[in-house]
Amino acid sequence: MDLVSEFLISFFLVVAGIFGLVGSFGMIKLRDTMQRLHAPTKATTLGVGGVLIGSMLYFLLVKGMFSFHELLITLFLFLTAPITANFIAKTFMQANLHQSDLPGTESEYGWSIYQDPPERSEED
Amino acid sequence: MITAALTFATGCFGLGLLFNLWRIATGPDSADRILALDTMVINIIALLILYGMWQGTTVYYEASMLVAMVGFVSSVAYCRFVLRGDIIE
Repeated sequence: MDLVSEFLISFFLVVAGIFGLVGSFGMIKLRDTMQRLHAPTKATTLGVGGVLIGSMLYFLLVKGMFSFHELLITLFLFLTAPITANFIAKTFMQANLHQSDLPGTESEYGWSIYQDPPERSEED
Repeated sequence: MITAALTFATGCFGLGLLFNLWRIATGPDSADRILALDTMVINIIALLILYGMWQGTTVYYEASMLVAMVGFVSSVAYCRFVLRGDIIE
């Protein structure tokens, strides 16, 4: 294997490790739950993406076989991380915040965690 | 050089697992614990893929795919249980 591909794979792995460590370090460093929500959902997901890119390059350049699975895992993680973060934020708001602490939604319906869903109209 | 980078990345993600364990133990809220468990799942996916690179085999992709799916479903189910008191209404 040539030096360029080796350097490229090592670069992706080191960057992924640093991002993963920063994301997990934010879990113990940041003060508030809503602040802590930022670190793992963004930095750690990016770290796993870096590991997957490094792994794909490794098996493509060193082993000589192309596998599509990494892109699938990356896509799945990038799709599910915001959904999980939204659910965790809802859980925190339901347990710790009252409706009077929040600004209005400026629409017909209120916050979904405090109010029941609106009735379905007959025309639909 | 790749071996050194693999060792570095494995150490970083392992240390991250320890941080998450600390947050699970001391988290003041259940939302913190759900968040730490979700981050642990993501770190374990990274560790599985790094182990697969170490061994030079692609078998571990299926395992990490399954871990990703189970982790997502379990996080959402845990949140639903805390939010509504029931998982499937």
